[in-house]
This record gives sequence, structure tokens and C-alpha cells, in this order.
Amino acid sequence: MDTLLAQLAPSLREVGSTVAFILLGSIVLEVLIYLLMGKVLKSKYTLPAMLVGPAAVGLLALVVYPLIWEFNLSLTNMSLRRFGDKAEYTWIACQAADPATIKNWLTDCLLRNYVDVFRAPVLKQAYILPVFLRTVLWTFLNVVFHVAGGMGLALLLNRPMRGRGLYRALLILPWAIPQVIAVLAWRGEFHFEYGYFNIILTRIGLDPIQWKTDPVWNFVSMVMTNVWLGVPFMMVILLGGMQSISGEYYEAAEMDGATGVQQFRHITLPLLRPVITPAIILGTIWTFNQFNVPFLINQNELETSDILVTALFRAAFQYNRYGFSAAFAFVVFLVLLVYSVLYVRVTGGLREVAE
Amino acid sequence: MTITADKAMPQSLPGRARKTISLAGFFRASRGDSPFKRLIIHSILIACCVAAIYPVLRVISVSLRPGDRLLSTSLAIIPADASLENYRVLLSDTDFLLWLWNSTVITASTAVIGVILAASAAYAFSRWKFPGRNPAMVFLLATQMIPAAMLMVPLYILAVRTGMIGTYRGLVLVYCVTAIPFSIWILKGYYDTIPRDLEEAALIDGASRLGTFWRIILPLSTPSLAIVFLFNFTQAWNDYLFARVIIANADEIWTWALGLRTLQDQFRTQWGQFSAGSILVTIPVVILFLYSSKYLISGLTLGSVKG
Repeated sequence: MDTLLAQLAPSLREVGSTVAFILLGSIVLEVLIYLLMGKVLKSKYTLPAMLVGPAAVGLLALVVYPLIWEFNLSLTNMSLRRFGDKAEYTWIACQAADPATIKNWLTDCLLRNYVDVFRAPVLKQAYILPVFLRTVLWTFLNVVFHVAGGMGLALLLNRPMRGRGLYRALLILPWAIPQVIAVLAWRGEFHFEYGYFNIILTRIGLDPIQWKTDPVWNFVSMVMTNVWLGVPFMMVILLGGMQSISGEYYEAAEMDGATGVQQFRHITLPLLRPVITPAIILGTIWTFNQFNVPFLINQNELETSDILVTALFRAAFQYNRYGFSAAFAFVVFLVLLVYSVLYVRVTGGLREVAE
Repeated sequence: MTITADKAMPQSLPGRARKTISLAGFFRASRGDSPFKRLIIHSILIACCVAAIYPVLRVISVSLRPGDRLLSTSLAIIPADASLENYRVLLSDTDFLLWLWNSTVITASTAVIGVILAASAAYAFSRWKFPGRNPAMVFLLATQMIPAAMLMVPLYILAVRTGMIGTYRGLVLVYCVTAIPFSIWILKGYYDTIPRDLEEAALIDGASRLGTFWRIILPLSTPSLAIVFLFNFTQAWNDYLFARVIIANADEIWTWALGLRTLQDQFRTQWGQFSAGSILVTIPVVILFLYSSKYLISGLTLGSVKG
């Protein structure tokens, strides 16, 4: 309570000055754009430029610039030791006594971090390939369970029946809870003695499981948590899609004597495609980038449970290899980019999303 | 998948008509399903509901346990000697109220600024074909693919360099910018559905371009502005990663996510207080979410369908 009262005034002052800073910056920016484009260039796009201006500057300063800066960083030898002073870290230059021993300047020196991502362990022991394969497995398992679970529940709910609204509200709950809380609560349930999984296992006479120290079970516990978190979103999206399918198709199919399974395969699935494709792409990207679940369940203990993004966090903030983790980050991003491009090519999806 | 999907309702009807139909469906047994099949469907759904809410019930249960019985292997939901002791300790002995306050000021200012920036930018994207517009839209979509974890290294180092580490300022700036791309997409999709005739009529009557935006477009877009506000708000309210990177070293600025995490730490597990705090943070969020989920989802699909 005392700390709150002590912090009240400074917090308001600082947040207030931040808001004022943003507003002032926007006004200065608007005036500049107005003078430059409106008065000097007499452009007809002055007003849209003024409207986009502040958002564009924000994105340039806090997304684009950091990314470019990160690329530069990925070519350097920056670490905790060289953190303080600008002059102390440089592009990785080869300091071999005899320049003739340097075979390839590009891979041995400038792109050294990128080569190291593939050649050296990205963490203490883990190499990138196992971490990558684990991430693929993680993403695949989660998305399959999300789509299957969401589809099953959506099919069950997509009918007139008692208590539909109540079911929907209860089933949506895992999505509504703040993720950090949900994951930490699940972590508690994986406690060896007092978590309910082990309580139930011992009650029915089985051996309790070492959820936190056994690599396989630790991974299983991460997947369980994330499936629980992700099914409601898919359910809601798919249910929304199903409800926009006209009932006439099903009536016609029923008259022709189609069974329920046939109706699902030949009516529901094809008509749901415009909903499913973007949902799967989004779901895959979200799961691939899911940080909270692996990070908070495992809490940086087992290296065998790290997926790419948590390994990235660990390389940067636990081992403080900043230059290396910048290179690592670009490798992770490339993986994601290749996946998305391939997926869009293969399915022709996203066309309806991207105009 | 042996369950038939033959009961799709005529959903093309507008909301009001649809409501009466589903209400009618509530009172009469659904046509066609045999009682046995209905029993199966209901029992599957009930089982799934239990799976969905049981972890939450457990948190409530732990939060009500008196201090000496926190670690118990009982599975009862309401403990035998329920007490609010954990809530009292949480509010008086920890900095929970400070964490809540920090989250509130950071989140509220973020959401307001984010909506203002996105609302004006989206209007330009919706109504002008300025050079570079399409690449910019693709860029906004592409930013959604960048892992947040990728930005944390440069943002951390730049924040240290500019003295923004461990300050409200750093976090507010990061939050309001990271939510902009998605907000612009949603709002542009909504603006596109507003007929241009309205604005043209106003322009002929002598209103300025900005005047039409302020007097016509913004009032008509209140629902989608609310969605975007909520999105910005929940995004910042629930964030852990950026808070961890930028303010982890300054505990007087901690948001609730950082604070609660320390109550559930490896070496200092205060389950009772953690659970009590979780319940206090979750209740308003869940109410807000359930209330707004309808609009949220229609907003999402509207944006994607209309483009």
C-alpha cells in the first residue's frame, strides 16, 4: 500500500509526460508534413500523409529501425562484456595472425554468427536442428489438436439445442483468461506432489509422473497446456464459418440421401475452406511464435523443452550473446517466412485476406 | 466425425430474427436428433466444459484455502474451511495493488494512443489510393509474422542506450506501436463498408475532409473503434514478454504479470496469494471478454472478408 502511494505521483508524471511527448511529436510532424507537402510540393496527398504520419513514424522507429539495427548487430561480436561502450563491439573481423589462413572472409568473419547458428550449439548443449525439429513437432501437434478439437466442438454446437449459449460461454473461457495466469496455474497443476494430474494418477494406483524434470513429459505438459488454450479460438472461428453456410445445401443433400459424414466432407469442409485456411496459417504462426507457454511452464530449466523462440530468449538474456542471438532471430524469421510463402503458394489461400 | 452437421440454422437472417430462432430452439427439442444422440452430444459437451473450467475452479479453490492447508492433495473445489486470508495477505503484504495500478496506467494510455494513431491512418488507407499504399498494407500484414521474440533483442539494447529501460515510457511506446498494424487492418476493413455517398454529400455541403472524418466516419465506426480499443487494451494488459525485457529490473514499475510470476517462482511459491491475485485480475478481464467477444469476432471476420 505504501509503495503504491509513493509510486502514484511519479507514475502519473511519467506516463503523462510520455503521452504529452507523443502528442507534441505528432503536432510537430503534422506541421512539417503540411508545410513540406502542402505548401512546397503542393501534393494532393498531403492530407493522407498527415493522417498516416504519426503511425508511420512510430512503426519506422520501433519496428523497422530496430530490425535494421538488429541486422547490423547480427554481424557483430556484441556480448555482455562489450555491452557498455559503443566503440567496443565491431563487425567480426578476423584477427588471425596470418591472413592466409583465412579461407573464406565472408563465412569465417562477417557472417560468422550465422554460420555459428548452424555449426555451434545455440544454447549450452542444444544444436539448432533438434530445437527446430522440436518446434515443428510442437507446432504440428498443437495445430492438429486445435483444429480437430475446435472442429468437433463447433459441429456439436452448430445445432439448435438447449444450453447452447451456456456451453459456448464456458468453452470459450480458456481463451478469455489472461494467458500468463492460465499457464502459471497449469504449471502449478504439474507439481509432483500437489498437482491434480499426479494426485489422480496416484489415486488410481499409477506412478506419479515427473512433469518438470522428465524431458518427454515436460514437453507433453507444454502441449497439453497450449491445446487447452488454443481450442476455443478455433471453435469460435469455425462455428462462425459454419453458421454462414446456408441450410439449403444440407436440405438438398438430405433429400438426395447423403449421410452425415458425406455432408461434412462434401458441404461443410469445402465451404469452410475460406475460414479454415487463414485460421490455420494464423494458428501455425502463433503457435510457432508462442512464447508464454514454453517459457512459463518450463521456466528456462530444461534445454530439451526449448522451442526456437524460447531458445532465442535464452541465448540473448540468459547467455547474453547478443550478436549471436540477433543472427539466430533472423534465421528463425526466415524459417517462418519460407513456411508462409510455401503454404500460401500450395493452398492459394490468403487471397481473400489480402484483397 | 460421425456427428452430422445437418442442423445448420438459416444464419443469413439478420441478428434479431436469428435470435428468435435460437430461442425457439432452446425450448423445443431439436428436430431429428434421437434422444440417445442428444444424450451423447450433451455428455461430450459437458465433459469438454468441465475440462475447460476445471483448472479455473482449482485456482479459485486454492485461493480460498487457509494458509496452513495450501499444499493439500484434496480435490474438493470449495475447501472445508474456506477463508479469504490469502486475499487479505495479498492486498496488504505484497505490492499487488501497485502492480495493478502500473498495468492500468500503462495499458490505458497505450490503448488510447494506439486507437488515435490507427484510426487516422486507417482512414487514409481506406479513402486514398496514395503511392505506396499497397506495399504498405502488405508490410502491415508482414509485421504480424515477425516474432515478438525477434524484436526483443534490439528493443532491449536500444532501450538501454536511450535510458528507457525500467521506465513506463519505454513500455508505453512499445505497446502502442506493436498493436498498430492489426488495428489499421481492422479499422480499414470497417471504413471500407461505410458508403462514400455520405461523405460526398457532406463535402458538397461544404464540410472539410477532416470534418467528414470527425463527424461522419468516426461516429459510424464506434463499434470497430471499441473492438480496436479492446484489442490494444488486452494485448498490453496480458503481455509478459515485453514487460519482462524492458522493466524486469525495476520492481516499482512491474505490471501484474511480472508480479504474479514471482509469487509462483521456483523457490518462493506462494500458491494461495498467486491464486487470489489471479482471480482478482481475471474476473474483470473475463467479463469484458465475454461481453465483447461477439463484436470482436464479427469485427475479425468483417475485416478479413471485406479486405
